[in-house]
Order: sequence, then C-alpha cells, then structure tokens
Amino acid sequence: MSKPSPADPLILYGQAFGSRLLLGTSRYPSPRVMQQALRIAQPAMVTASLRRQGAVSAEASKNFWELLKEADIPVLPNTAGCHSPQEVITTSQMAREVFGTDWIKLELIGDDYTLQPDTLQLVQVADTLLKDGFKVLPYCTEDLVLCKRLVDVGCQAVMPWAAPIGTGKGPINPYAMRILRERLEVPMIIDAGLGLPSHACQVMEWGYDAVLLNTAVATATDPVAMADAFAKAVQAGRGAFLGGAMSEQQAAQPSTPVLGTPFWHQT
Amino acid sequence: MKVLVNRIAQEVAAGSSLQDLLQALDFKAPYAVARNLNFVPRGQYAATPLQEGDQIEVISPITGG
Repeated sequence: MSKPSPADPLILYGQAFGSRLLLGTSRYPSPRVMQQALRIAQPAMVTASLRRQGAVSAEASKNFWELLKEADIPVLPNTAGCHSPQEVITTSQMAREVFGTDWIKLELIGDDYTLQPDTLQLVQVADTLLKDGFKVLPYCTEDLVLCKRLVDVGCQAVMPWAAPIGTGKGPINPYAMRILRERLEVPMIIDAGLGLPSHACQVMEWGYDAVLLNTAVATATDPVAMADAFAKAVQAGRGAFLGGAMSEQQAAQPSTPVLGTPFWHQT
Repeated sequence: MKVLVNRIAQEVAAGSSLQDLLQALDFKAPYAVARNLNFVPRGQYAATPLQEGDQIEVISPITGG
C-alpha cells in the first residue's frame, strides 16, 4: 500500500493516496521491467484486467497475480473490452471477487475504432455499480454534461480521456478540458491519450488531480526512465497548479528594475 | 449434455454442477466464473446445476491499462 502524503494527498472515495500517478500494467517488454517501472514511479494504483483462462495461460495469469501481490500497490481492475451494460456489471462483480477490491475502472466501449466510451449508457451503468457497492472510476470523454451526470449519480471522481487510448496525442481538446476542470469540483483523473511527461504536466497545471497512463510508459524505449519522468512531471504540474501561475501578458515587462539603470538617458 | 466453456463445447454428465465442471477441466486459481452472463460467486459453484447449452466463462487476472 502506498503511503499517503499528509501534505497533499489524492482523495478518492474518502481514501488518501500518496501519489497522483496511476499506472497500467500492459505492454511492458517484460514483467521485470514493469516491476522496475512501478518501483520508481510509486503509483497510487495499478490497473489490471480479466480474460478467459485458456486464452491466457493459467501460468501467465498466476505469475502476474504473484507480481501484483509483491508490488503491494492497490489494484484498480478495469472492464476493458466490455460493450454492454451487462458485460460491465458481470465483469465488475467477477473482478471484485478475484482481486478482492471494490474499486472498478468502468470502461464501456461504444466504438471499437476510437475506443470512445458509450456515453449514452455510461451513467446508468455507473449508477448500478455504485448501488452494488463499487467505488466507480468511470472512463469518460471530456463532455461536461456527461461528467456532471456521472457525479449526480454518485461518482466521487471521473476519468475523462485526453485523447483516444494508446494514441499518445496529449490533450486534443484543451478548451473543453479546462472548462470541465473549472465547472466540476470532484477529483478528476486524466485517463488515456497522454504520450509525454509534458502532457501530464500540462493537465496537472490545469488543475486535474491525477493521471492514468499505460502505453506512454510501457512502450517507451526505456520504460523505467519514462515512468520516472512521468512521476516527476505529475509532481511538477501539481506544484505549479498549487503555486498559482502568473497571468499571461501581451506586452513585454522587464523583470529587472528600471530605476537606476546605468547610463540611462546619458546617451 | 453440452455446455460452452470459454466458447469451447464440453460434454458433461446430466446433473453436473458448476463445481464438477470446474474440477473436471482443472482450472487454476485465481479465477471467477459467470454463467449465461451472470456472475456466480465462489461459494455457489456446488449449488449451481448446469443446464444444456449453458455458457460458462472462467476468467483470470491479466495485465491491463
């Protein structure tokens, strides 16, 4: 379990986390590299999934399970690949039993090409899961009204994408993302679409509470170095948000005092 | 009778329970089970009789994003 920072913890459903970075566990070159990346980034949670035994060997699954236990980081199971509310609900219940956790990253896919969430059914499914006792972190778009409705049914945090999963494009709709941040007070985690530490830093500067990454770290040339860079970028962005940025100006203003400038008006 | 387990047809004796099936196919923990798209808690395997054409899913942890 990661140790909460007393100074500035991330609070989700009343639980304090000492990190504002959540990491996925897929696509690393090896389990060992993933372990090293987790060790250096110290994420608040790690995501995991469920697949048919047989399609995935029981041994591979067991090894991953042991690795998760060894990492001792809270697990956030996802419902990746679910296309119907019933699939999401059943997968969530199975995940709760297997992983022994009420946390669920709600993914309900509405379009296979973009992996865009099914925004028209997401709220109802979130409501059902919340009533079943889950701590729901819904993967959603940056649509303000969708996020408001998710909060209305009881989601204590939402997870808008920055761009489609795995694209690494960074925030593709900055205007909507900044408005969304201004309009909602619940913790918001940027989930999906980040490619660079500067993207993570940017959204944290805007006031987002955390970021969830996978591909950007796992498919980097050196995932361990990239995990470290993202962890630092998240901290830098958070620090900048708390520090309060200056207002942008149109005209130049000297930072060095003008009064007493040598040779002023002499020539 | 025939049931589908992870989309593969399996022949089971009439009157078999879900627990009988899981033991016969030697699934390894950890896993969770759904029958006809409904979750079956671990404690109910023995009390869940199988029916012809049941669709059983047995799923285990894997990496995810």
